[in-house]
Amino acid sequence: MSSRYINPAIQQVPPSGIRRFFDVAGTMKDAISLGVGEPDFVTPYHIRSAAIDSILDGETQYTPNRGLLSLRKEIDLYLSKRFQVSYDPETEIMVTVGASEAIDLALRVCLRPGDEVILPDPGYVSYAPCVTFAGGVPVPVPTRAEDEFRITAEAVESAVTEKTRALIFPYPNNPTGAVMNKQQMLSIAAVAKKHDLLVISDEIYGELTYSGEEKIAFSALPDMRERTVLINGFSKAFAMTGWRLGYACAPREILYEMNKIHQYAIMCAPRQAQVAGVQALKKNRENGYEDVEAMRRSYDRRRRVMLDAFRKMGLDCFEPRGAFYCFPSIAITGLTSEEFCTRLLKEYQVVCVPGDAFGQSGIGHIRCCYATDLQRMLEAFSRMEKFIQDLA
Amino acid sequence: MQALKEQVLEILSEDCRTPLERIAVMTGSDLQQVAEAVEELERDRVILQYSPVINWDRTDRERVEALIEVRVTPQRDMGFDAIAGRIYRFDEVKSVFLMSGGYDLMVLVEAKTLKELAFFVSEKLSPLESVTGTSTSFVLKRYKQDGVIFVGETTDKRMAVSP
Repeated sequence: MSSRYINPAIQQVPPSGIRRFFDVAGTMKDAISLGVGEPDFVTPYHIRSAAIDSILDGETQYTPNRGLLSLRKEIDLYLSKRFQVSYDPETEIMVTVGASEAIDLALRVCLRPGDEVILPDPGYVSYAPCVTFAGGVPVPVPTRAEDEFRITAEAVESAVTEKTRALIFPYPNNPTGAVMNKQQMLSIAAVAKKHDLLVISDEIYGELTYSGEEKIAFSALPDMRERTVLINGFSKAFAMTGWRLGYACAPREILYEMNKIHQYAIMCAPRQAQVAGVQALKKNRENGYEDVEAMRRSYDRRRRVMLDAFRKMGLDCFEPRGAFYCFPSIAITGLTSEEFCTRLLKEYQVVCVPGDAFGQSGIGHIRCCYATDLQRMLEAFSRMEKFIQDLA
Repeated sequence: MQALKEQVLEILSEDCRTPLERIAVMTGSDLQQVAEAVEELERDRVILQYSPVINWDRTDRERVEALIEVRVTPQRDMGFDAIAGRIYRFDEVKSVFLMSGGYDLMVLVEAKTLKELAFFVSEKLSPLESVTGTSTSFVLKRYKQDGVIFVGETTDKRMAVSP
């Protein structure tokens, strides 16, 4: 009855396909999940402890809309030290409720009705819906296993129309684990410049790369600063998913407008999360990013184990060099991603996410997260191996 | 080689049963290289033993443990090493550390019963010539050892599927 009050434009956007198996998996006691999208580490204790101290000290008030200045200063230092780019803490950095809010703000500020936004497919589940909610039109650009799921300058070029306003650039990539090096980023930058595109660079997995190539923010490339909204957060690098703490860095004019929506709709990110964020960045700046590096090393080992296991099972899998996912092809099984994941869960109690939950180009793939306890992961592999053998 | 050795140590310190083949996969090295690294670490006595962390309280084994602070008179030319050697050779002694501060040696002792442990202190440790005093504290509960937390459950609090 009440549905008559709902805006059809919202109603027609489907809910996230990623949680399709969530209810089934929840009822299975022995299920091993490779379906998660978050670190298996708990937030480092010194960070949790700083938040507790802040509560005990009675720091229970609002913070400035853009976030604690001490946090914004730390963010600037962090980006300078780790990603070769610097922003003015007063006017070019704002703290958000997770990187997700920052993505939403950037789109809402920059899109006019009907503006097109290019995004790599497969890609993170929320980009396309957020574009739609902001009145824009998502234009998925297929990426392919042959290109190690990198978006190419030619593909972007061929998707550009008169209406193209922006490009979402999410590397290292969820769900594929693809990374783009500086050279490849430069080729995208050239297209962005040529067509005067805004680039929303989602660098949430920026710390989690395993190729040993230099880390550089998209906005650190020549001429890109003025057209880039840099999005990052604490979830992946510092294992702080549940704190909901992210940030956006952008030219002051854009950030000013983003902050306006944030100011009216959100007010500010939770204070204790911000205090925890200061601790995370300050302590790691002092100790050479020990927390980040230790977690990265641990993921890297498990990445190699997972890749090795899939290849031994006969699954075609390119080597992912970022984030914490493998994205193997399950073509040899003759099943669709959906069938594969459903049967694997029902028959062998292993949870994976069908690749097409991330877009059409994910068809025939599955997303598996190696931020999973090694022993559990090994058990999952032996179950998957049996499953695949039974199919043959 | 040094970088590989550091990685090997980190992996083995987390799970000393990790097969060499898996270490090779984890580090992206040849099996041969890993085998050599481990061999060298053993030969250089960096790796001394591969032992599990055991929570004996969950077994039927009768066992008491004590930390004993020992004050000693160091010996000419030998310092504390000679007397430490006299102490660490006892089977009951599990660990011995030379300490800064108010006493000299920290001795971790294990025995089957309280009586046996008391006997060790009064009949074996205290009578040693250089020992000038001891203070024994019994271990009541073990919360954490070698980086492993012994109490409470460690469950994965994540949802089975998330973005």
